[in-house]
Amino acid sequence: MTETRLDDFIRIQNVTKRFGAVAAVDDADFGVGRGEFFSLLGPSGCGKTTLLRMIAGFEYPTDGAILIDGADITDLPPHKRPSNMVFQSYAIFPHLNVFDNIAYGLRKQRLPREELARRVDEALAMIKLTGFGKRRGDQLSGGQRQRVALARALIMRPKVLLLDEPLGALDKRLRESMQIELRQLQKTVGITFVFVTHDQEEALSMSDRIAVMSAGKVLQIAEPRTLYEQPNCREVADFIGTMNFFAATVTARDGAVAVLDAGPLGTLRATSPEPVGAKVLVAIRPEKIALADSGIAGTIAASAYLGERNHIHVLVDGVKEPVSVAQQNLDRAGQRLNAGDKVHLAWQPDAMVVLPV
Amino acid sequence: MKKRGGKKGWGLFVYAILYLAFLYIPVLFLPLFSFNNSMFISFPLSGFTTQWYAQMWHDQEVQRALGNSLKVGAAAAIISTMLGLPAAKALTRYPVPGKGALIGFVNLPLFIPEIVLGISLLILLNWAAIPLSLITVVIGHITVCVPFAITVLMSRMDGFDKSLEEASLDLGENGWMTFWRVTFPLVLPGIVSALLLTFMVSFDDFLIAYFLAGTQVTLPIYIWAQLRFPFKLPTVLALGALILLVSCVLVVTAEWVRSLGQRGRTVVGA
Repeated sequence: MTETRLDDFIRIQNVTKRFGAVAAVDDADFGVGRGEFFSLLGPSGCGKTTLLRMIAGFEYPTDGAILIDGADITDLPPHKRPSNMVFQSYAIFPHLNVFDNIAYGLRKQRLPREELARRVDEALAMIKLTGFGKRRGDQLSGGQRQRVALARALIMRPKVLLLDEPLGALDKRLRESMQIELRQLQKTVGITFVFVTHDQEEALSMSDRIAVMSAGKVLQIAEPRTLYEQPNCREVADFIGTMNFFAATVTARDGAVAVLDAGPLGTLRATSPEPVGAKVLVAIRPEKIALADSGIAGTIAASAYLGERNHIHVLVDGVKEPVSVAQQNLDRAGQRLNAGDKVHLAWQPDAMVVLPV
Repeated sequence: MKKRGGKKGWGLFVYAILYLAFLYIPVLFLPLFSFNNSMFISFPLSGFTTQWYAQMWHDQEVQRALGNSLKVGAAAAIISTMLGLPAAKALTRYPVPGKGALIGFVNLPLFIPEIVLGISLLILLNWAAIPLSLITVVIGHITVCVPFAITVLMSRMDGFDKSLEEASLDLGENGWMTFWRVTFPLVLPGIVSALLLTFMVSFDDFLIAYFLAGTQVTLPIYIWAQLRFPFKLPTVLALGALILLVSCVLVVTAEWVRSLGQRGRTVVGA
């Protein structure tokens, strides 16, 4: 049933990994393109790291196969795989200096000394740490250690670079600049990156495509914009960004458009293939809801000023959860919103995403 | 500061002094009388001499016993550390079934009275018709040294990030080379510490050696035998003082090496 697509540079083929009765990865089946920046995104314990470690060879799948560049590597030990890894802890060898850390994998290839030194110097230049060769691992800052780990892996010229939450240990400012640097580096070297993170903003800003995982299952694989604007289920919609959900029932169909009875919100029309009678969720992002002169009536329950935007919770009669509304601060002398104010909510029909319950 | 210490502080201070005195004064008698110019152990001291040390130094039997103890200690230390290394690696790196029970079982010789261990080993060797010699002493010492070696090495192995070994595998080295290029250098302080500690355990042991040495003599056995001759006592004191000094130096060195390793640990964890 599953076709092996030859254009996939990495092929994860019906991979399952069980630890005892628990399936850490449950029937993952997808491909990663050559030169793609591919992220595995999900909360801790969702199986993303286990999946990455199976590509690296530190864990073996209970079922399924893994192919890189057409070759089945499922049973190969890590040292025979065309992949290299940047570890979450960076795993900088404490007994070696920066030069020897970066040269570690090359030593085995018995290169002439000048060639070795040249390649390590190139790698040091690439990570902007020229002249740091003699430093010991414990004399480096977190960001520098991260770069050394990156250089040590990239100098092996791997077909695939695996990154296990490599930015998690850095502070926010450094993390943001490293995100941009890492993305640029990936474009420059053109190596396929598989990047594990639990940080949705990080995944959205860096990736070509993202696989969202939860409880061992891959829920959706898509480009960042699609994941955000067109999630395929409640979990994905909830995990990435903030989402308002309203229960509704399909009452009629009008071509591609479903007519929905959304209870207190009245009748809505949205694109959906769901048949008449189906129970669905209508999902709307907070920034796509506008405060208007007419529309759904509500009362402001809480309002937070966040600088570039206001975050407002609006209570609507008959809806249990308050509706999240994000409003851009476009005017310096903007309108002040206080708890208790009566407002009306409105949105464009195409702002709605209809999801299965 | 002084006020807050108060009376309670004083009581504890006196207690601590008394406790340390109780622990160390008897031991200090050894070096004290070893420099006393008299056959008899009694106050007042009659005069300073180093003759007992000279006598001991030139005593052929002491030399032989010392030689034996050094040989046995070195062999027991090296073999038990070598045996402990793969065991410690397995227990800290792989999901060994029944790990807790296994560690307890390996440590059992520490809790069996040595006299029982000595007799059991003697019976076993007799049954196997293995003649008693220094080799049988080494075998006996290995049984009590391996738990020490495993404990020291395990604490060291636990101390460093497992992803260091994974990184080496990932960079193309196989398991064997990873052991030599990453695991071994990082565990080295633990290995030195284990060697020194197991050497001390073997060097100090009397009971097991007494049962298994046959006609051979190790230093503790020699000392015990000399106690029958009053005129030999001062030499024994000199010998005892020397062993005390060497023991202290070894234990302090072992701890120092271990703490050197501990410093390396923060590099990994940060």
